[in-house]
Amino acid sequence: MAWTRQLLRVNLTEGTCIPEPLNMDWANQYLGQRGLATRYLVEEIDPQCDALGADNKMIMATGPLTGTMASTAGRYSVITKSPLTGAVACSNSGGFFGAELKNAGWDMIIFEGKSPAPVYLHIENNNATLMPATDLWGKSCWETDEMLHAKHQDPQMRIAVVGRSAEQGCLFSSVINDLHRAAGRSGVGTVMASKNLKAVAVRGSLGVGNIKDPARFMSAVSAGKKVLAENPVTGEGLPALGTQVLMNVINEVGAMPTRNMQEVQFEGASKISGEAMLEPRESDGKPNLTRNGGCFACTIACGRISTIDREHFSVKEKPQYWGNSGGLEYEAAWALGSDTGVDDLDALTYVNFLCNEDGMDPISFGATVAAAMELFESGAISTQHTDGVELKFGNAQALCWAAEKSATGEGFGADINLGSRRLCEKYGRPELSMTVKGQEFPAYDPRGIQGMGLTYATSNRGACHLRSYTVSSEILGVPEKTDPLQTEGKAGLVKAFQDATAAVDSSGLCVFTTFAWTLDDISPQIDAACDGDWSPERLVEVGERIWQLERDFNMKAGITGSDDTLPQRLLKDAAKSGPAKGKVCELGEMLPEYYQLRGWTQDGQLTAETRSKFDLPS
Amino acid sequence: MLKSLNIDPGKCTGCLQCEMACSLENEGVFNTAKSRIKVFTFHEEGRFVPYTCTQCDEAWCMHACPVDAIVLNPATGSKDVKNDLCVGCKVCTIACPFGTVNYNVDSGKVVKCDLCGGDPQCASACPTDAITYVDANATGLDKMRQWAGKTDNAANTGA
Repeated sequence: MAWTRQLLRVNLTEGTCIPEPLNMDWANQYLGQRGLATRYLVEEIDPQCDALGADNKMIMATGPLTGTMASTAGRYSVITKSPLTGAVACSNSGGFFGAELKNAGWDMIIFEGKSPAPVYLHIENNNATLMPATDLWGKSCWETDEMLHAKHQDPQMRIAVVGRSAEQGCLFSSVINDLHRAAGRSGVGTVMASKNLKAVAVRGSLGVGNIKDPARFMSAVSAGKKVLAENPVTGEGLPALGTQVLMNVINEVGAMPTRNMQEVQFEGASKISGEAMLEPRESDGKPNLTRNGGCFACTIACGRISTIDREHFSVKEKPQYWGNSGGLEYEAAWALGSDTGVDDLDALTYVNFLCNEDGMDPISFGATVAAAMELFESGAISTQHTDGVELKFGNAQALCWAAEKSATGEGFGADINLGSRRLCEKYGRPELSMTVKGQEFPAYDPRGIQGMGLTYATSNRGACHLRSYTVSSEILGVPEKTDPLQTEGKAGLVKAFQDATAAVDSSGLCVFTTFAWTLDDISPQIDAACDGDWSPERLVEVGERIWQLERDFNMKAGITGSDDTLPQRLLKDAAKSGPAKGKVCELGEMLPEYYQLRGWTQDGQLTAETRSKFDLPS
Repeated sequence: MLKSLNIDPGKCTGCLQCEMACSLENEGVFNTAKSRIKVFTFHEEGRFVPYTCTQCDEAWCMHACPVDAIVLNPATGSKDVKNDLCVGCKVCTIACPFGTVNYNVDSGKVVKCDLCGGDPQCASACPTDAITYVDANATGLDKMRQWAGKTDNAANTGA
């Protein structure tokens, strides 16, 4: 068990909310969350549909462990077809919303159609109702959260919401839950807004039970918590410094993409690092970081809770930003900082607040601003486009201005909200877009970490680090150290990470546990909770099936093997400094072997044999 | 030795492991909505504060109960609700100055912390020692130790 075995189908066109039994045959093949919801999506939508049309569907899905006491078991994912990439989108979020949904008795919600007017979905256990949201439309995520809590007089309600950027069609908008947690990537929030769905507000008090073997489950949970507590990354590094523990490390190994990936080391890295967030400020003697915070059930607690210096230019006249809110994690600090050449920690924290307030994915936003800065410096755009703002690398004021514009979609904000690929195409310089399949890169330069090049090129949702985080092996030595500058063996490494991650993303657990946990730690927890046999081998099989299913969807959506590539800059322009100096990403040395390991043709197509082996739908 | 729950909000990360452990022990499911310990988030201030019954000696709830359904457990010092006696009148929820006795609409009885009979699951589950179960006569010992460590002994070392 562990699943509630019930999903909610919300037809926004008709205004109906209808419960439906969960397809347990599929749950046995795909576990839950990412895998299971993708199976539903593949069944129910045309892969070639318009991602922002009424024919696309959006699924919010929990995993079987979501809402239990297993460490980090509060995750949910948003699965849909991405407007940014045209590929399958699956964005995973923490906070408390996912566990609340499960506590209300639902494994997932499938949203279909499009509402004729703005609505929000209110769920109180078995009661689900679509409510008018005309008054919420045009409000930020934070305002909406406050208004809904006030309206329902329920401080314990958990809310997932889209901001003004999504309403304005920004192609990389997130779904924000619990004020500063995000289903961040691939524009899943844009899809939600396109359906005129402003928010989902949930209160659950039914409890999560149905554990197959409660005693064995609690014993496995305790063992898992102990492993996390005793591991130096999950027990010390992440609680103390968050993912920002990586800033100085990645910069030193020469894999810190800088100024739209023109360079691989950032001279200002230490000023925007996790360590810098602990340094007392001159103005008030307080550090940027107030404390760490945990998501539901998480015993790691990597979350950052920060303040901005009240004297900083970005907030001096804006007391609404003087309190604590979600602080910088590594990807945001990199994209907003290193990639734009800005080393002003307070400016980055302010922009991070704005990204949470109005639901911009900080990775795509930062990387798109970086592309815009290169367009500006190369003369492709000028101050005529930017209201007179000097949109140059390193300009913190310009970065803050860009975020304010992106949040509302006004003026040049509408250009930024196209994302890097469309922006660079619009201004005639497509080669300046640092994207794969239309999605912007995260914070690891594949010239300095070769495995990440293959990771990005083959990721089923476009450039992404969370599909196979080989940084663990290549830099941190987890589970075993490999040489980041070598390509040998990386095809197998990437495949292994992709498959294991797909399984973890389908369980309700957080992928950050895998700094300490292997599938040998995870399997006993799933196996004790869920009907059936969930050995590590079975989880790998489920993970690979999910990967193949996502790939199959993408192929049917019109993506081909030729899209499994990287921008020329990473393949042709050598790294200028650091340990990787002189290196390009040798993708060609890894890709053919990867295709072979996957059971695909030389041009990346699934074979009939592979399809049959994984029992993929036709 | 009588023990009591000792809460250090400065160590709390807001993960709700305590609420889940409490609901599992008392309700048989993971259900933070039914927990007897609650973690409050003060978002603007960046603070998390776990809060539950402190087991007052002269317990207002116990004195207020018209049917003597709240009784002292001499082994632990906790004030326990006797479900077979409780009539659900809720007078104790009014009497408690701290709000830590609450009515459960499903059972028609009130619920409050009973220290899990001497092995409080919230404390066992807490990953950061924000909730500990310690000697009731010396709940301040950890704080004293911290301050003792900061005491300047320079004069004694002759430096």
